[in-house]
Amino acid sequence: MELRDFQNRNINPGYIFFEGETKPTNGWESFKRVFKRSIKGELFVGLWIVFREMIRFDIHTVQYPAEKLEMSPRYRAIHKLLRLFESGSERCIGCGLCEKICISKCIRMDTHVDEKSRKVVSEYTINFGRCIFCGYCAEVCPELAIVHGNEYENASEQRAHFGLKEDMLTPLDEFKAKKQQEFPGFGALSDHANETVKQTPLAY
Amino acid sequence: MSEILITIDGKQCVATEGEYVLNVARRNGIFIPALCYVTNCSPTLACRLCLVEVDEKRAYSCNARAKEGMSVITKSEEIEKERRAIMEIYDINHPLECGVCDQSGECDLQNYTLEMGVDSQRHCIPDTPRPTKNWGFIHYDASLCIVCERCVTVCKDMIGDAALKTVPRGGAELPKEWKDKTEKDAYAMWNKLQKSIIGVASGAQTLDCTFCGECTAVCPVGALVGSDFQYKSNAWELKKIPASNPHSSDCSLLYYDVKHTSIKDDKPKIYRVSSDQNYAPLHGAARYGYDFENVVEGKDSTAFTKAILLLEARVDTIAFDSYITNEEAFILQKLKEKFGYRLVNEDASTYQQFLKAFSQTSGSNLYSGDLKTVSQSNFVVSFGSALKTDSPNAGYAMNNALGMNKGAGLYFHPVADPIVSGYSKNLLSITHKVGAEEAIAYLLLNLFGNKEEMPKELLMDVDALLSIIGMEADFSEKLEKLLEKKDSFSLIVGEDVYKHPKAENIAQLLGLIERFTPFKVVIIPSKTNTLGVSLICDLDAQRGEYTLGYNVKGDFTLSALLGKGDLAMPALNQQEGTFTSMNKRVVPTNAALSFKGYCLNDLANALGLEAEWTIDYTKELPSDKGFEAREFDSLPNTFDNSGFENRGYLLRPLTFTCKDCVEPLSEVENFGEEVVYQANPVLQFSAFTNQAHQLCEAGALYASAEFLEHKNLKDGDMVHITNEEGDKLVIAIKLDPHTAGLIPYLPTFDTKIDVTPFFKDGYRFAKLTIKGVNHE
Ligand code: SF4
Ligand code: SF4
Ligand code: SF4
Ligand code: SF4
Ligand code: FES
Repeated sequence: MELRDFQNRNINPGYIFFEGETKPTNGWESFKRVFKRSIKGELFVGLWIVFREMIRFDIHTVQYPAEKLEMSPRYRAIHKLLRLFESGSERCIGCGLCEKICISKCIRMDTHVDEKSRKVVSEYTINFGRCIFCGYCAEVCPELAIVHGNEYENASEQRAHFGLKEDMLTPLDEFKAKKQQEFPGFGALSDHANETVKQTPLAY
Repeated sequence: MSEILITIDGKQCVATEGEYVLNVARRNGIFIPALCYVTNCSPTLACRLCLVEVDEKRAYSCNARAKEGMSVITKSEEIEKERRAIMEIYDINHPLECGVCDQSGECDLQNYTLEMGVDSQRHCIPDTPRPTKNWGFIHYDASLCIVCERCVTVCKDMIGDAALKTVPRGGAELPKEWKDKTEKDAYAMWNKLQKSIIGVASGAQTLDCTFCGECTAVCPVGALVGSDFQYKSNAWELKKIPASNPHSSDCSLLYYDVKHTSIKDDKPKIYRVSSDQNYAPLHGAARYGYDFENVVEGKDSTAFTKAILLLEARVDTIAFDSYITNEEAFILQKLKEKFGYRLVNEDASTYQQFLKAFSQTSGSNLYSGDLKTVSQSNFVVSFGSALKTDSPNAGYAMNNALGMNKGAGLYFHPVADPIVSGYSKNLLSITHKVGAEEAIAYLLLNLFGNKEEMPKELLMDVDALLSIIGMEADFSEKLEKLLEKKDSFSLIVGEDVYKHPKAENIAQLLGLIERFTPFKVVIIPSKTNTLGVSLICDLDAQRGEYTLGYNVKGDFTLSALLGKGDLAMPALNQQEGTFTSMNKRVVPTNAALSFKGYCLNDLANALGLEAEWTIDYTKELPSDKGFEAREFDSLPNTFDNSGFENRGYLLRPLTFTCKDCVEPLSEVENFGEEVVYQANPVLQFSAFTNQAHQLCEAGALYASAEFLEHKNLKDGDMVHITNEEGDKLVIAIKLDPHTAGLIPYLPTFDTKIDVTPFFKDGYRFAKLTIKGVNHE
């Protein structure tokens, strides 16, 4: 298609026109239409089921907040920044790939070089007012550092309360208590990863 | 050299005989992978990626010279196999750290690894520890280095410092078994790669060069980066704003790389300056002196109203310097025409008079050469300029000519400069008597002038001239050697002579040199836009009763320097407009950062001129001075693939009928033993460069080791400087390892040090007495 085709406003050939139902012309016809639309046989089927389940006392509703569902690992809630299991250091190396791939442009990070000549991420934020929880950031992250958690209870006065590095990073005490879980969801290595990569020979 | 036709991949391409095939291909839009070649420098054959087939034989396109009718194939199964193998080898033991590497996203190793489809490795060899080095402005990470030698090459062939070289890496010997299992070129490359890394040429612990940073610009990987920039931002986040060097008259193309300051602060900030390293070298001040912006919170309307009232009622003079755009100069000129202000700009007016005198004998208002003609010539002479610091880019052009064209040259200056002398063994450095520039001009006329056409009164005895200048008698013999097979000549002249007691005569002699010798002359404008201002403004000599200063001190001062002056003005990285460069080109520059206050155009509008933006004046720049009526937005600012400088437009030179007569040589004043020169140290040009956070330093009296020894002083000692009129200055003395001889120099970049009393008439040499404070 070229621009010219779009500019053609003649819609006739491709369209089927629907005339619509005939409008009621007097009071009696209006009444008949209201009655026809309101009372249908299916209505009573539904009412029966509700009544049946009520007298059986077999209730399926989750009794939230007393009861909570286990979320699937693929559930994409507010992000977490993970630590390395061996050393406890932050996994994020500040490569900026998540920032680059984010379609809502809501990730930002500040990086600098430290005394040990390493790159450190001094601050990392996600603007949850804009995040659409697409999971791209978690998928692109080469370090499996940024992941989607499954914490869905995000009530607070401000969305910003979840978006700083300190909010997302596994707290050290929690880490020491071995509460950090490896992330099996978006972007994690598949179980047969070893079979899909070519090995590089090593000289030592 | 003649035009010929060659065929590359079946395409007919026009080439100059002897040109490198790679350059012909690039100009014709044919892609040949190449890692180690830097345009305008000598090929090192380190990477071998540019492998092609020339008439069925293997050749490397970066050093294969074009011959009539030759046929080049850039791609074949064999070539591609070889290229892939080369990239595979480069990736051996290369740290997997693209994630943190500063080059990621613009890394040639990344790009070619993907381009050649390297997804696995067959080779391996034990790694050697390669520690990183911190070389001041420059950070070297040896483990990322692929030893392409671009840095070594550019430093030698372009910049002239030759401060880097390859040093042994201490890596494991390549096991013989790989030889049979590896492609030929890939193996040869590996052999070399395994043996070397980059080190300091002098063998010193740290790099001690003029810190242009060009090596970091050419490095295709993250091995050489600016220390200040390290790990601050990924390349792709930075927005490149094309601009022109604001600090000196080369006005080279540069890009301000801009991004938000931090998460907390959304204001744009310049993170670094990048360049088109294949075509336009940048000097260190341009590269590191980028954050000289003026920051104000908002419009200071009280000061603005005061300025307007003063301009309407009291001001009769506007004094300014040449760190302004053509458009601003034009506004000032319009204000002069409307309200009769005097315009005082000492530096531009000196230059204006010099060019005027030059045009009387040359017949043109502009000199004929530029940096391109210099770098393409094979005999380069320079006098009247401390090239290394006054105009580093002119020095680069000279060095490039000497190195690449088998060139030779003469460098005349009273202050010996080991860096310039080191450009080439075919450069004769002549440390001459102070003030002998007029004699040098006569010497050049007599040595190179066409004796038949030249007026007879110009003929002088060469030996007599040599002794006036203070040169050895064997000069003529040496010169004869240097002149062998030389056919294109350029002459660079600098600001020492603009305020020389015999400036007018020197200018006229230069005009004659332009006409009667084969030299193409370049007369370096002393500040960024000195040439532009001198063309646009009618300048006055004396200030009147009440002066409005723009970047110079006045009774009321407009200033682009942070926190200075009565009304803040935008600095040159916050303005759009054009400069007129020493290449006689009107080049655009853009605003990298915003400025919240008033600019000169606002003042002009309040006084009754009408222009929405300063750049509305770009098309109105005076056409009778050679400017074109072109809109700012229509001015390009790029180099294309052939290296063609597609930036702004060239000034049109004006021609006059000219005269031949000049004054006879006058005697050279004897300056005696104690002379001080006025110059800025490397990396400094003005208060603006000194404002940049990487360059900021306190000015001192800079001297060579020889001088310190002679005076029995140490680096850092305090000295008393006095002149005959009784002006005094107490200042620290600082060792400058890059000068020699007994003439120290005083800088102008530090606003805390006022050296003007010592150089009252503007001449850059002064008789001063220097005494160590402790030795009294
Ligand atoms: S989930 Fe998607 S939108 Fe949200 S931060 Fe990640 S990439 Fe951006
Ligand atoms: S992609 Fe991962 S490692 Fe890279 S910056 Fe984002 S969170 Fe950090
Ligand atoms: S030099 Fe290039 S390939 Fe090497 S780590 Fe840096 S970006 Fe990656
Ligand atoms: S430091 Fe960079 S430019 Fe120099 S040899 Fe190494 S890779 Fe090449
Ligand atoms: S570019 Fe020709 S050998 Fe590297």
